[in-house]
Amino acid sequence: MDAEAVISVRDLVVGFPDQVVLDHLSLDIRRGEILGLVGASGGGKSVLLRTIIGLLAKQDGRINILGVDQDSAAPQVLRGIERRWGVLFQQGALFSSLTTRQNVEFPMREYLDASPRLRQDVALAKLGMVGISTEDSEKFPSELSGGMTKRAALARALALDPEIVFLDEPTSGLDPIAAGDFDALIKTLQQTLGLTVFMVTHDLDSLYAVCDRIAVLVDGKIIVQGPIATILACEHPWVKAYFRGKRTRETARALGQTPH
Amino acid sequence: MQPLRSAVRGDALDIILSGSWTSAHVAALEPLVEHALRDAQNRKIRVDLGGIAEIDTFGACLLERLLRAPPGAETPATNVPERMRGLLAEIDRVRGTAGLRVEKKTRLGGIEAIGRATVNAGADLVVFVEMLGRLGDALLRVLRDPRRLRPISVVYQLDRVGLRAVPIIFLITFLIGGIISQQGIFHFRKFGAGDYAVDLVGILVLREIGVLIVAIMVAGRSGSSYTAELGSMKMREEIDALYTMGLDPVEVLLLPRVIALVCALPALTFFGSISALFGGGLVEWFYAGMSPAIYIARLRDAVSVAHFEVGITKAPFMALVIGVVACAEGLRVKGSAESLGLQTTTSVVKSIFLVIVLDGLFAMFFAGIGM
Repeated sequence: MDAEAVISVRDLVVGFPDQVVLDHLSLDIRRGEILGLVGASGGGKSVLLRTIIGLLAKQDGRINILGVDQDSAAPQVLRGIERRWGVLFQQGALFSSLTTRQNVEFPMREYLDASPRLRQDVALAKLGMVGISTEDSEKFPSELSGGMTKRAALARALALDPEIVFLDEPTSGLDPIAAGDFDALIKTLQQTLGLTVFMVTHDLDSLYAVCDRIAVLVDGKIIVQGPIATILACEHPWVKAYFRGKRTRETARALGQTPH
Repeated sequence: MQPLRSAVRGDALDIILSGSWTSAHVAALEPLVEHALRDAQNRKIRVDLGGIAEIDTFGACLLERLLRAPPGAETPATNVPERMRGLLAEIDRVRGTAGLRVEKKTRLGGIEAIGRATVNAGADLVVFVEMLGRLGDALLRVLRDPRRLRPISVVYQLDRVGLRAVPIIFLITFLIGGIISQQGIFHFRKFGAGDYAVDLVGILVLREIGVLIVAIMVAGRSGSSYTAELGSMKMREEIDALYTMGLDPVEVLLLPRVIALVCALPALTFFGSISALFGGGLVEWFYAGMSPAIYIARLRDAVSVAHFEVGITKAPFMALVIGVVACAEGLRVKGSAESLGLQTTTSVVKSIFLVIVLDGLFAMFFAGIGM
């Protein structure tokens, strides 16, 4: 097992009664890196993410997060671990009856003894970091645009200063400029706050621009992982089609990388 | 070691920080910071950050309070560890732009609330009339071109609000009929008029209670589900999708629902009234010992078709009110889950209120024409 792995998944099996989605999958996520997970639509990327954060039950295998085995740990220990990660859901999943600022304050209110003034200060600071102004912080989620919803959801994921952030398709549904800004934001925050980021994405630009390592999920297994150069050298047909397809070549050219 | 130590040196307050400045410790740190700020009064503050082992956004926000005291002045921070610079600079940048919110307070809040409520009540009336107009318009279009009516939708809704409501309507009206009968017998007996409880049950059920109970049940059962359905369709932009396909949501969604309700409520009222008379008869039999044959004979003397007509005439109008309110409130749902709940509640409360008001108006009308 990798010494610096903050999340370590071993021989994970997850399935539904009539199909196996993840088949003895193993994956390590190292401290301080941004790991991008790619794979076909419906291929189990979100299932893997939801299994790691405990929303789906697994049939077999081990998941170790921040040194705590998710099966054998006591409930209090697990709850303590949950405080140390944040999740950005694909649709944002902001609570619609709270304002944006209250959404960010919500986890703090539940977990911390901070005074209301400090909570508000920190919430506004986090919203400021993701680029949401003080006026917009009093809006309700239904009044926010798609890009702002994602930003607000990221601020909420960061509310408790987590060590790990899970992002489920953070740039889907954003225009290329907004997606690029969001990528830059993730990178900046990762550096400023020292985050470990686990990102499920379809966005090749994100993969090139911000991910330190990429893991490719095909047929329920991680078939290749490593920096972009390793992935581009891989001869697996699915990986070739994904990274060296017509659309990809143009992205690569724009970014000054040549696929082999 | 204390995470915050301070000492007065001449005209300045030296503050030395150490330890963990993270979210887990903010409860203890915040009073220390506030205390130091009170100690400082008008002195300059010098902050030494050298001893801080770890820091996160919470600690940085607290630090920023020290560094910004007094407001506007820059407080020199010394020995800033290299790894903290990025975070502190980021917090300084965003906090510099974040203004404090000013809460608007008005002294005449009560009067303002009354004014707003009055305006809102007026707006509600406009919404109701508008919805009635749009439904009327859609109905005219459908009457001119009957192929535009959606029979499957109407039948499906009839099944939902009519047929499936029958068991609960039967049960409730049966119990209400029995209760009225028992109360009538119990009180009329005191002056030897126990048999007149049959008149009470017959007239009350056929004219008022039957239709009223059924309408209230339907408002709570079907009106609320109409509002919730249409509201969630509105939230998920399904209504907008219909518009963009050139279809009128009023014609496609609302009209079949309202037609179904207007057809179902008179039928339910009829069944409900019969069930109430049946319940009343059973109580007469077991509680007062009046045989069913006598009950039916007395009922025939006490009520006429006119009483039944009075009750059943009101049913379609009440159904229209329930349907229009439910649809109008459904379309007023905005983006949030809370708004969906609020409009559903409003829909039920408003339609029950209007049903009772309508019943009062009908009572005056029928008294006026001598029925």
